Amino acid sequence: MEYIDIFISILGSTIRLSIPLIFTALAGLFSERSGIFDIGLEGKMLAAAFASASVAYVTGSAWLGLGGGILVSILFSLIHGFASITNRGNQIVSGVALNFLAAGLTVVLGSAWFQQGGRTPSLPAGARFTEIVFPGADAARSMGYLGKFYANVISGQNILTYMAFAAVPLSWWVLYRTRFGLRLRAVGENPGAVDTAGISVTWLRYRALICAGFLCGFAGTYLSTAQSAAFIKDMSAGKGYIALAALIFAKWKPVPVMLACLLFGFLDAFANFMQGKTVFGIGEIPVQIFQALPYILTCVLLAGFIGVARPPKAGGVPYTKER
Amino acid sequence: MSTASVPLPNWINYGLIPLINLCAAFIVSGFVVWMIGESPIEALTLLLQGALGRGEGIGFTLYYATSFIFTGLSVAVAIHAGLFNIGSEGQAYIGGLGAAIAALSLDHYVPWYVTMPFAVILSAIFGAAWAFLPALMQAKRGSHIVITTIMFNFIGASLMNYLLVRVLIVPGKMAPETRTFLEGGQLPKLDWLIAMFGSKLGAAPLNFSFLVALFMCLVVWLLIWRTKLGYEIRTLGFSPSAASYGGIPYVRTVIITMLISGGLAGMMALNPVMGASARLQLEFVGGAGFVGIAVSLMGRNHPLGIIFAAVLFGVLYQGGAELSFDMPAITREMILVIQGLVILFAGALEYMFRPAIVRVYQKFVTV
Repeated sequence: MEYIDIFISILGSTIRLSIPLIFTALAGLFSERSGIFDIGLEGKMLAAAFASASVAYVTGSAWLGLGGGILVSILFSLIHGFASITNRGNQIVSGVALNFLAAGLTVVLGSAWFQQGGRTPSLPAGARFTEIVFPGADAARSMGYLGKFYANVISGQNILTYMAFAAVPLSWWVLYRTRFGLRLRAVGENPGAVDTAGISVTWLRYRALICAGFLCGFAGTYLSTAQSAAFIKDMSAGKGYIALAALIFAKWKPVPVMLACLLFGFLDAFANFMQGKTVFGIGEIPVQIFQALPYILTCVLLAGFIGVARPPKAGGVPYTKER
Repeated sequence: MSTASVPLPNWINYGLIPLINLCAAFIVSGFVVWMIGESPIEALTLLLQGALGRGEGIGFTLYYATSFIFTGLSVAVAIHAGLFNIGSEGQAYIGGLGAAIAALSLDHYVPWYVTMPFAVILSAIFGAAWAFLPALMQAKRGSHIVITTIMFNFIGASLMNYLLVRVLIVPGKMAPETRTFLEGGQLPKLDWLIAMFGSKLGAAPLNFSFLVALFMCLVVWLLIWRTKLGYEIRTLGFSPSAASYGGIPYVRTVIITMLISGGLAGMMALNPVMGASARLQLEFVGGAGFVGIAVSLMGRNHPLGIIFAAVLFGVLYQGGAELSFDMPAITREMILVIQGLVILFAGALEYMFRPAIVRVYQKFVTV
């Protein structure tokens, strides 16, 4: 009886912790499926979080904040594109550079603009995405487990949460049911063939990166204007890398991406719950085990022990037309 | 012939182009400083004064540079084999465990110069061990070393977090760190080195590991350019298929290269753990593993270039700290911005200016 309550509460925080992962991993999906490795997801998310909190604070509108976050995140994507597509630079080096830039710029600009040591001022309710309570949620709370589930997990989330779950089938549809998606997947496998068909590899990859920037904008906005009410230094805290791990774990497919993100979110929520609690017969389980688990699982997967994770063939290789 | 394949003399490839990339990074950084309403020129002056003005500043600069030489060498050795080791951070962190074990178990009994060889070996072994699994996975299973080393950074951070909070912590203390090493577990400071230039080291933690770092530069140079293994490593990095046709065993070379790379990263721990704080602390690496990427790219993966680049980043770290003190509008994180820009221009955009340079070169030289 009590266990069900705990389970529902863990489920609720699982959802909350998974949302930025879902957006970011989908962003990585677009980029990596087009053959551009994206280590810079972390940086894009962080930059977007800062931009959206700043814009939301100045304008008082959460939606304008989201726009600002998306814009900055796309800008970061374009830098990545300029380095790795136009100049055929190393994609990993470029991604690492973006992560540094984001970690530095957010604090330097934040301190200069708001004088709060890299934080943005707290956002008032209107400048945030707050919880949406579904009709009958309060009444449902007292109506058994299904009602509790409805009230605590389905209802009471903010709009970005629902958008994240909508983004999964939408991404699937774009990648698997549109001409753009077909070409995008093809360019990640065999850019030469796409080029021979008379389609610009460069422009296609830029568009894939813009999609990635767009989605990272949502992830960052979720962190700073929905989950908390301000930008805090380093608030992405490695989530970009977890999203990358989830992307690999899902073998670069949209629906498994969502499931992997939910799994990693669940591990996080469960770790928070287990902190300081003892398990009968084992004693206290170190919280660090849960923290490391997504990374360990991804390595085990990469080693091929739970199926083979095969990245897009042309991933990481800049495309050069025949001279 | 396109501009990308025109041969240029070495002084342009290894001198001018990195310099131009560096200048580009500084100009953009200056723009950021200007954007927050401060004078870039004044900021640069304060930065240089803070880093090189007094003996203490130089001591700090070289202290930072020591760590960056180790991690820079670590990244460079792997790059020569075509492996991008993002895991130097984690390998250095685990290396700290090796250094701490040596210091904690020997400092009661022997002087530092007896402890040090053990610490060097143990820290290198621990760092190498942390690079072993990613190397094995790359060599045997083809899992991308970039991803696995990133994952191992996080796993290492969790492991060290657990060990420091639960196992190594001094009972009754709050801070997650080991006990302070006695004199037998500390590396001596290099007062005499600064005194040679008529200045004082002051509180700067420049220590013996600086000399170890310089020695490792020599060792790495000999290894890469003067041994059979080095030849094999470079061949693998140049063309894996050529290496395999030439009978160079892929699995063995990848694993050995990564063990060397991890070992060099692990030795970085000597500097902060046994040199500066005389104890193993949480997050003592502080991003030096990632700085190593920038240092290696700036220094063109050559030990001599790495020394210069490491000192440059040492100047940035020390000068940046002083700068944030003198100009409160500019925070310490400005270093991260500059670092990001250096990685971007020197690494990812390394050939952006090349076509223009080739045109100028052809105009003035080949006619």
